[in-house]
Amino acid sequence: MSKTTKTLAAAGAVATALAASLAVPAQAQTKEKCYGVSLAGQNDCAAGPGTTCSGTSTVDYQGNAWTLVDTGTCTEIELPAMADGTPRMGSLEPIERDLPS
Amino acid sequence: MLDATTHRSSRLPDAPGVGYKPQHFTEIVDDAGPVAWLEIHAENYMGDGGRPIAQLRHLAERFAFSVHGVGLSIGGEGPLDSEHLARLKHLVGWLDPASFSEHLAWSTHDSAFLNDLLPLPYTEATLARVAEHVDEVQNVVGRRMLLENPSSYLAFEESTLTETDFLREVARRTGCGLLLDVNNVFVSATNLGTDPISYIDAFPVELVGEIHLGGHDDDEDDHGAPLLIDNHGREVADPVWSLFDYTIRKSGPKPSLIEWDNDVPEWPVLKAEACRAAKVLEAATA
Amino acid sequence: MRVNQTSFRHALLDPEAARPDGLSDGMGRPAGRRFDVYRNNVSVSLTEALEVGFPVIRKLVGHDNFKVLAAAYLRRHPPHSPLMMHFGAELPSFLADFEPTRQTGYLPDIARLELAIRESYHAADADPINPAELEALPPEALIGSRVQLAPALRQVRSPWPIFSIWRFNVEEGAKSPEMAAEDVLIARPDMDPVPGLLPSGGAEFINALLTGATFGDAMDKASEASWDFDLPVVLTLLVEMKTIVEIGG
Repeated sequence: MSKTTKTLAAAGAVATALAASLAVPAQAQTKEKCYGVSLAGQNDCAAGPGTTCSGTSTVDYQGNAWTLVDTGTCTEIELPAMADGTPRMGSLEPIERDLPS
Repeated sequence: MLDATTHRSSRLPDAPGVGYKPQHFTEIVDDAGPVAWLEIHAENYMGDGGRPIAQLRHLAERFAFSVHGVGLSIGGEGPLDSEHLARLKHLVGWLDPASFSEHLAWSTHDSAFLNDLLPLPYTEATLARVAEHVDEVQNVVGRRMLLENPSSYLAFEESTLTETDFLREVARRTGCGLLLDVNNVFVSATNLGTDPISYIDAFPVELVGEIHLGGHDDDEDDHGAPLLIDNHGREVADPVWSLFDYTIRKSGPKPSLIEWDNDVPEWPVLKAEACRAAKVLEAATA
Repeated sequence: MRVNQTSFRHALLDPEAARPDGLSDGMGRPAGRRFDVYRNNVSVSLTEALEVGFPVIRKLVGHDNFKVLAAAYLRRHPPHSPLMMHFGAELPSFLADFEPTRQTGYLPDIARLELAIRESYHAADADPINPAELEALPPEALIGSRVQLAPALRQVRSPWPIFSIWRFNVEEGAKSPEMAAEDVLIARPDMDPVPGLLPSGGAEFINALLTGATFGDAMDKASEASWDFDLPVVLTLLVEMKTIVEIGG
């Protein structure tokens, strides 16, 4: 890319980016926005796990086995194989044996 | 032994506090009720920035803070994690909380962090190690700490000291204060068949800088004996309130925290627990 | 009988292992299942930590299966830091290797995306520039400038449609993913990390900026990698996501 082409392209891109940023009203930095709890519970997930100094009365699930009955949304996702033939299955592998731990 | 002149002058108020949960941020700012101070788990505020740190800076302008570590493994057989100590020093340095505490427990071994407060036997050997670790923490962090009594589900046959003697001696050797978790006293006494009142009577209440109150769950052991689980997942139980009342009558009002970490309720429920603690504290002043 | 922490730890993580001797109920009987309270605390608390950290993986494999996966993971890769915010860093490679999940090729990249979102959440703060600063700069100066991007910015590149898969699992009514390679930009315009789909060449452009290339050199890198590199779209995304912290130098 020549320098002139690049300069023109950069100028055009800046104009587009600014027009887009002005189209959205500047969001007020309210306390709720900066410090509060985010909507839709995103916050809890994004924060990831925290620590606690409590115990639990829930029981351990170590004895459970992988099941195809409870397959989650994986089963709703159908993706084709790659061009090179590498399998890209949307399903999970059934497993009959005990799981390695 | 930490030099007394390095103690911070400001302290937690002799009033109710709560374990801070981010979902209560707005309500705590708007309507704290009798809640005069907040406690955080140190490890949750060791990121570099973002909402957790922003919230903490904002709240620190309004409330006194207690930094409560849950991951230092003071009772560990191995050396303390120097990186983690440095992180604690940094947090305590910028937040300048009114109190800093940790647990009489271990959680890290051979570099694996087990995310639970694990028990240790009470012997001369473990006493020496814990005192050494408390000394190191106070020297690195640069201030006095409080050490908390654990909740116990079992006992070590090799133990030669009572828990109260153990804690008293750690405090004597290091100059640290103590955090008395009244729910833990009740849970441990029930689980190990001892008397919670005798425990409080034997506890050096003059060294107590903070009290914890939390809910527990009921289970039973192999023989059908009651086994209480310290899950911080419900209201403080009535017998624990009675024990708290007994303790406060002996010690006078103390900063008293409601801990609720699992199935965290709506703010009004937590505030109601703080109100109940406030009544006990006020009764002792009257 | 002395119980050392090595034997205690070993029995905690292996439910088949015998409980350590020398532990009692305080009344002269062996501790028995009282020891299992600690086993439970370790296993359940670490499982819950993974559930909180990987909500989309959990949804993809199913909640019960996730518990099975977590039980195996936490024993193979127990945390090495008391900061639970970092727990789960080895999940992508674990998913690629774990028998029930290794055929589902996109799972490791979805786990990388969830890790990147978490990193972004806890990253250092930095004030973005006022977009007017971009306009004030003559274009010749801009292409010779280096651009500093926010510490909360992350990128995840994948041969899989990871943005579409992620969105399918977090947004109600999002359309079913179709096969495509997708690059995702994660930024934190306010306090919440926001993933966005990067157009062709966008990742090369941003990588070049991150490694200190000038704006103009980054344009070259992106154009070399993708004939259809669309600078206006990428720059708009960078400005809207408040990722530009400094221009100059």
